[in-house]
Amino acid sequence: MAVGKEILTKIRSVQNTQKITRAMQMVATSKMRKTQERMRAARPYAEKVRTVMAHLAQANADLEHPLLARRDVIKRAGIIVVTSDKGLCGGLNANILKRFFSKVKELQDADVKVDVCCLGQKGLSAAQRTRLNVTASAVHLGDVPKMDKLIGPLTVMLKQYADGELDAVYIVYSRFINTMKQEPALEQLLPLSPDNMVVEHTHSWDYLYEPNALDVMEFLVKRYIESVVYQSVAENMASEQAARMVAMKSATDNAGNAIKQLRLVYNKSRQAAITKELSEIVSGAAAV
Amino acid sequence: MAKMHVEVVSTEQLIYSGEAEFLVAPAQEGEIGVYPRHVPLLTRIKPGVLRLTVPGSKDEVLVAVSGGMMEVQPTHITVLADTAIRGEDIDEARANEAKRAAEETLKKSVDDLDTAKAHAALAVAIAELKALDYLRKRVH
Repeated sequence: MAVGKEILTKIRSVQNTQKITRAMQMVATSKMRKTQERMRAARPYAEKVRTVMAHLAQANADLEHPLLARRDVIKRAGIIVVTSDKGLCGGLNANILKRFFSKVKELQDADVKVDVCCLGQKGLSAAQRTRLNVTASAVHLGDVPKMDKLIGPLTVMLKQYADGELDAVYIVYSRFINTMKQEPALEQLLPLSPDNMVVEHTHSWDYLYEPNALDVMEFLVKRYIESVVYQSVAENMASEQAARMVAMKSATDNAGNAIKQLRLVYNKSRQAAITKELSEIVSGAAAV
Repeated sequence: MAKMHVEVVSTEQLIYSGEAEFLVAPAQEGEIGVYPRHVPLLTRIKPGVLRLTVPGSKDEVLVAVSGGMMEVQPTHITVLADTAIRGEDIDEARANEAKRAAEETLKKSVDDLDTAKAHAALAVAIAELKALDYLRKRVH
């Protein structure tokens, strides 16, 4: 029975696909737990750096760090785009890139040139495809955010900013809200805007600095930026695993449905063949 | 006795959060001791050992830090360490091994990046071993 065999082959192929998606789902689930822990573990540092930065911003009036200074004319901007290395994680990268390209367009419409720094293969491919100016990139980040991999591309951006080649730096990544929900987020990295720092003191005071104010500030600003980027990458990794888990779960479910339908068709055609054969026998016997 | 709130965080995790009566930190220009109601101070810290006197406990809390930053407010201290590890968690054999490996690399390396990495690793290992020394003195 030719029809039946074809359907059986198809069922088998869907089953094989289902095996793969189920395995990917389970891998993503276990990785997700770890990436989330990592993301949470990095949070206290990020919060504390932010608090100290806020204190510093209100304490010290007579000294302004170049990285904190606001620039009036923006001619060239840098965007750091954080994506995953691999696909098959639902609309995660598509959403990040949509946010990214809308920002690029907004900047280009305002006559601002755009430099891109890509963390993650998917973002790099997209930027190269659209012929954007990629100044730095880091790919194959793995599942653990490692500062030594991020520091290179970041230093390129910071140096360009310090030299005055870039007037603003943004970062786009996927913010982890919960397992079902990840949102693309865009933040301004440089110049650091004092707006997003909580100011609570009223009287004027200042720190003692050791060894000196500029050194300490430089160090702190650098740590702050590193921490923001690290945190973004950590959030993005947690988002990636969560998105992949959800996408693979629905793929597994869909494969299950497809198998069910195919089985129905197969059984029906088998029944039809049996009925046909029987009626042939019966009518044959009647003719005799 | 007056108390202050101390928080020690490293890039990877929160190391210590709680009250303390006195703190000794390896600041850039030398070791400094901080009591509550200290004047605001912002300093870089060198690789070394952070010692906290915790109320109600005879033993000091030891944290090995590999450098970073410390913010002192009258009632609040924040230590932003690059990497840090609690005294009890240090593995002596591993620290010794790390120290030896770093020294080895320093002898051989010609590459700037390698040298810098080895220096950093060496500083961490020495800080950990120092913390262990303190721990040992306390026991005897």
